[in-house]
Amino acid sequence: MNYSFRWNQALNSLPQMLDGALVTMQIAVLSMVIGIAVAILLTVFRLSGSRVLRGVAATWVEIARNTPALFQIYMAHFGLGGLGIHLSPYMSLLLGIVFNNAGYLAENFRGALKAIPDTQTRAARSLGLSSGQAFGYVVVPQMLRISFLPMTNQMVWAVLMTSLGVVVAMNTDLYGVTSELNARTFRTFELFAIAAVIFYVITKVITLSARLLAARLFRY
Amino acid sequence: MFDTALTVNDLIFLAKGAGMTIMVTAISVFFGTILGIVFGVVRHQVGPWWAAPLTFVLDVFRSIPLLIQLVLANAFVTTVLGFRVAGLTVACGVLSLYTAAYCAEIVRGGIEAVPLTLRRASRSLGMTWRQDMTNVVMPLATRVALPSWIGLALGVMKDSALVFIVQVVELLKSTQILITRLQEPLFLLTICGLFYFLISFPVARFGGYLEKRWSND
Repeated sequence: MNYSFRWNQALNSLPQMLDGALVTMQIAVLSMVIGIAVAILLTVFRLSGSRVLRGVAATWVEIARNTPALFQIYMAHFGLGGLGIHLSPYMSLLLGIVFNNAGYLAENFRGALKAIPDTQTRAARSLGLSSGQAFGYVVVPQMLRISFLPMTNQMVWAVLMTSLGVVVAMNTDLYGVTSELNARTFRTFELFAIAAVIFYVITKVITLSARLLAARLFRY
Repeated sequence: MFDTALTVNDLIFLAKGAGMTIMVTAISVFFGTILGIVFGVVRHQVGPWWAAPLTFVLDVFRSIPLLIQLVLANAFVTTVLGFRVAGLTVACGVLSLYTAAYCAEIVRGGIEAVPLTLRRASRSLGMTWRQDMTNVVMPLATRVALPSWIGLALGVMKDSALVFIVQVVELLKSTQILITRLQEPLFLLTICGLFYFLISFPVARFGGYLEKRWSND
């Protein structure tokens, strides 16, 4: 083994990588917020009487869950590009992850809905709430609470998925910054080891803070 | 819109990519499952404190993007250790460990789902640890774990799309190569997505069916 590690050189670029980590976090958070909103919408579609809307929701969920996330991001960039819709790498990465998140979360929400008794909706309706109010004030909060843990997992997945931006030439997130530094310095092992540590810390911070948040939110 | 420059040779090229995807998945799931069962049993058997190092290592595999694991492993084996190793070997090795990390968790969940009293009963009847494991725990744990294991195998198949980073030409990469040449991204990507979907969807449905069928309530 005559490889000489040059950690200094790699560590010098730590500030740039931390900036990349911020972009990664930003994409993950945005994709989760939008993803949850879309997933709730898909859940509404699934519960609706319209066959078309139910079909849309089912198709979305099955495609999101049965094809690779990499494929979805690729589709968002090059597939839509083929249709004449050209998105920036940032937007197509975000779109791909949102699509994936929404599919998985909608499936989680469906599981959570099964745990909420029908009587609750009926009770809400007989108290005079409209069907929208009953769903928004009674069902959705419980649904989000039951699926809190799966949502945390999905958040971790979203962070890990940002690394796939490399296929659409994304160069401002943590993975993109690292691979660009790598192209300049060729300290592959050192640079990616540092990136791995940053990713590990991010995921640990997310899971720990989710646990703290859950303890605070669900005391009763 | 419907005429394409896709030739039979290109389709064969795509089929080869698909074969590579299936091969990488099969190898990784096979070795990953064996390792995962070993890790899962060890973790359950030695208790949380002694298993802490193993738990940490497996957790690392689940907290770092697979892409970075692949790049790191490739850099470590080829430049740091200086071995000449094919990308395919690195890809299968990393994916096996990645599978094992998730599989260990599933196996542990399955073992923990077997009531302790049942195992005590089997030991009291004079079964050895080994007999208890193979004749009592395994059949019951399999029921609990199999649906999630199917999900894991499908997950690995989808994640195997990432091995392009170590120069393995699997389905998505071969699609990408064809896109560069034919400039028909939407059409080619649809074929590629359809292939993944056709493998994944029926198996996922089967997993869902098993889960419903085998649940105790």
